[in-house]
Amino acid sequence: MQRRSILDQLKSWARVNSPWAIHYNSGGCNGCDIELLATTTPRYDLERFGIKLQGSPRHADILLATGPATLQSIEPLRRIYTQMPDPKYVVAIGSCALSGGVFHGCYNVLGDLSRILPVDAYIPGCPPRPEAIIYGIVALLNSVRNSDQKITFTSDIELDIAEPVLFPRERGEITQPNRQPHADRYLRRES
Amino acid sequence: MATVVSASDQSRFIVPIGPQHPALKEPGHFEFTVDGEIITGASARLGYVHRGIEKGAESMNWTQCLYLLERICGICSHIHSIAYCQGLEKLADIEISPKARAMRTLVAELERIHSHMLWWGVAAHEGGFDTLFMYTWRDREIVMDLLETISGNRVNYSVNVIGGVRLDLSPEQVTKIVSGMKKLEERTKHYLEIVTNDSSFLARTRGIGVMTREEAQRLGAVGPTARASNVCRDVRVDAPYAGYHEYPVKIVTDTAGDLKARFVVRIKELFESYRIITNVAQNMPEGELKARRVPRKIPAGNVISRVEAPRGELFYYIESGGGEGPERIKVRTPTLPNWGSVLTMAAGLRLADVPMLLVGIDPCFSCNDRLIRLNPDGKQQTLTWQQLRDRGIEYYR
Ligand code: SF4
Repeated sequence: MQRRSILDQLKSWARVNSPWAIHYNSGGCNGCDIELLATTTPRYDLERFGIKLQGSPRHADILLATGPATLQSIEPLRRIYTQMPDPKYVVAIGSCALSGGVFHGCYNVLGDLSRILPVDAYIPGCPPRPEAIIYGIVALLNSVRNSDQKITFTSDIELDIAEPVLFPRERGEITQPNRQPHADRYLRRES
Repeated sequence: MATVVSASDQSRFIVPIGPQHPALKEPGHFEFTVDGEIITGASARLGYVHRGIEKGAESMNWTQCLYLLERICGICSHIHSIAYCQGLEKLADIEISPKARAMRTLVAELERIHSHMLWWGVAAHEGGFDTLFMYTWRDREIVMDLLETISGNRVNYSVNVIGGVRLDLSPEQVTKIVSGMKKLEERTKHYLEIVTNDSSFLARTRGIGVMTREEAQRLGAVGPTARASNVCRDVRVDAPYAGYHEYPVKIVTDTAGDLKARFVVRIKELFESYRIITNVAQNMPEGELKARRVPRKIPAGNVISRVEAPRGELFYYIESGGGEGPERIKVRTPTLPNWGSVLTMAAGLRLADVPMLLVGIDPCFSCNDRLIRLNPDGKQQTLTWQQLRDRGIEYYR
């Protein structure tokens, strides 16, 4: 194994000791979300590992994603992921996020988060118990501590992330039906 | 979060929030039109959690559906399966034993406790009262433990099967349940005191988002949201199902109609739940757990099944073509009718009150993201199959 510089070691020490996490439900049944929330509360106390759940992707190191990735939530997921600063990690929580779980085959789900995001840790279970969630996250942190591999990731799903349009043009100008639903949303005006 | 300025009307701001946002744990997109701090209009865009369950159910058999439908919502999973099983039992003319009915009631009430405690913890968190959030979630673990000892899972318990239940209570479990309820009752009294007396909490809840009785009825609010506005409606009383004939509940209502009333109603409902659970656990009737013969094919017909979920009335429509699986299942969950009330109440409030108001109805997105289409102008519209098909082709082109 390649020897790591002191600076790298220092960086990963800092990273591992206080990762902040952001949570996004990409269409799951809530079961995983409430278990995740329970993980942060006194009985399980995720914060003892320095992990904090917070609201902004800009502050986050870890994306905790639950649910089978419904077609509408692919874009928000990607958007959150691109907004997070490097290095960033993704944890897929629950059977849904791993394989689609019970929703496998439903028309509106993708079923596997690793098709759109580079997932670093998978936590199976429907829902996984809080202990399992802690175990998964800590396993991720351990692997981060011991390596500084760069992940290369390619997705089979092409996706343009729509830039929000802050000053929408007049509605009449948009003649083509916009293929990006979210750009559409920002262009929509109150009538 | 970003601010979009409408080009034609520079004085009005639309603040879009979501789908990822710090306040709620689930995705939903809201647009608030604001004039300074004051909200003048609100709209919601839902559907981020729409998975296509109703369609998915049509390709499964009756038993598989049970587990799929249970996962419509992880918080109120049991009540979904009660609604489903109950409908099927009616269609197939299966009589379930008193024991199964009591067991269903017991777990349903345990679920109500965990749901309400979860809610008011999260609501306190939105109000900036994180201490209360941590305390309630700590106490919620008591119920979670009970649910786990009974069913083996903390969420999605799979207690119901078609024609009965799959689990029984042992004497140790009964003792555990009874002592757990005692403990919770004490804690809940304490919380009721906080919610009604703590001045900083009251400042966030009293007189906020008031909905009168007439409004609640007009907007079709259901569940505790409606009961907080003095609408006396509860399926457990109006059309008792499962074991609610033998173990009747008293409806809790409040006249104030504001956020505080919603807190108080939910907390008082818990006392009812504790009473019922203790009662059921101690007087569990003897009998079979499930019906002897459950047919693989359910006779053709359709049925409506209503139950009271923790958030309000849950409605199932089940249609059977006489085969091994459903022809159509339609689910109407309580959050959907309650949205109207939030969006209406938001007008005139401050933007800072919005998170509290949103959680005030205990929204559950994974339940409510069914596909519906409303015509805002109230006109009726009929689409033929051909038109629908053309639309589909057009959409996916
Ligand atoms: S894995 Fe199971 S519990 Fe978790 S979101 Fe999916 S269906 Fe719900």
